[in-house]
Amino acid sequence: MHKFIVTILFILAGHIVNAQVKLLTLNELEERVAKGKDTTYVVNFWATWCGPCVEELPFFERLSKEHANKPLKVILMSLDFKSKLQTEVEPFVTKHKIKSEVYLVNEADQQKFIDRVDKNWSGALPATLILNSAHRARAFYEKSFTYNELLKAVETHK
Amino acid sequence: MKKLLLACLTVFLATTVTAQTGYQVGDLASDFNLKNVDGKNISLANYKSAKGYIVVFTCNTCPVSKAYEARIEALNKMYAAKGYPVVAINTNDPIASPGDTYPKMQERAREKHFSFAYLEDPDHVYTRKYGAMRTPHVFVLQKTVKGNEVAYIGAIDNDQQEANAQRDNYVQNTVNQLLKGEKPSVTATKAIGCTIKWKKEVSK
Repeated sequence: MHKFIVTILFILAGHIVNAQVKLLTLNELEERVAKGKDTTYVVNFWATWCGPCVEELPFFERLSKEHANKPLKVILMSLDFKSKLQTEVEPFVTKHKIKSEVYLVNEADQQKFIDRVDKNWSGALPATLILNSAHRARAFYEKSFTYNELLKAVETHK
Repeated sequence: MKKLLLACLTVFLATTVTAQTGYQVGDLASDFNLKNVDGKNISLANYKSAKGYIVVFTCNTCPVSKAYEARIEALNKMYAAKGYPVVAINTNDPIASPGDTYPKMQERAREKHFSFAYLEDPDHVYTRKYGAMRTPHVFVLQKTVKGNEVAYIGAIDNDQQEANAQRDNYVQNTVNQLLKGEKPSVTATKAIGCTIKWKKEVSK
């Protein structure tokens, strides 16, 4: 009986505990993409405090869902502060039931990071990077997307 | 012939639409007359002994701006007496962003003991004129015989989260160089920041 109760409690705890969001450096992202070979990576740069970013997240989720059995991966890279990981980012992901992989960007120097993602990026959010290692595809968009625009971008650059 | 004209027109339109609005480094910046949190109107010209200005487009609500509040205050403490006062301008529409109303600006200035002017910019006139694209966004101006010349545009430093004591203090470096009579070695940088909360246009 004891074991049963403890098990139930653990299961319940799993539902109450917030989603885990890990840190990711650009090096780690690039390694992941290289390993992915012919998988198309749709990397969205967003933040919980960025209104337009939050508005377009459902489109990225939908993209992911509709490509469930295809070589496409959505990666949501948050530019929230590290100090807000547990207080803002994880609760946000839990509340919005985000299924895509979410990471917090782990780069100390914003200047270098922005330039490395794309030399033409002003740093404004949202921004999306589409990468495919095998197809040598790399496309960067400094804009927010409608679902159709996102789909078109992926089709063009996968 | 028609096709060629159409093609030319399209290229022309495309280039005008994507052209950068706002100031570039080297441009002469417009002065303004905006209401400060103490109820008085402020212009750059009011600072008679200034050698230049650190104009910061910012707001109450953006987490990045908030993370920089102490540093912006520190810049004023460091440089106002040397001739480069900070002048902060709130970029946001108070209806689109209720945390950025004039009373809220006054409250923030009080709470954080701002020693610099914190001005409201109704209808984003100067936000647009300068070309501020996010908050915070800094324009360091140098007083010259021709006018107030834009010497630097961009971020305050490259360390938003204050995690790195060895950070590049872009604005400090710029002002230090200007004070020595040197040209700033870094004139433009990029930064992550919040979008500006524009006034909602009434749909036609």
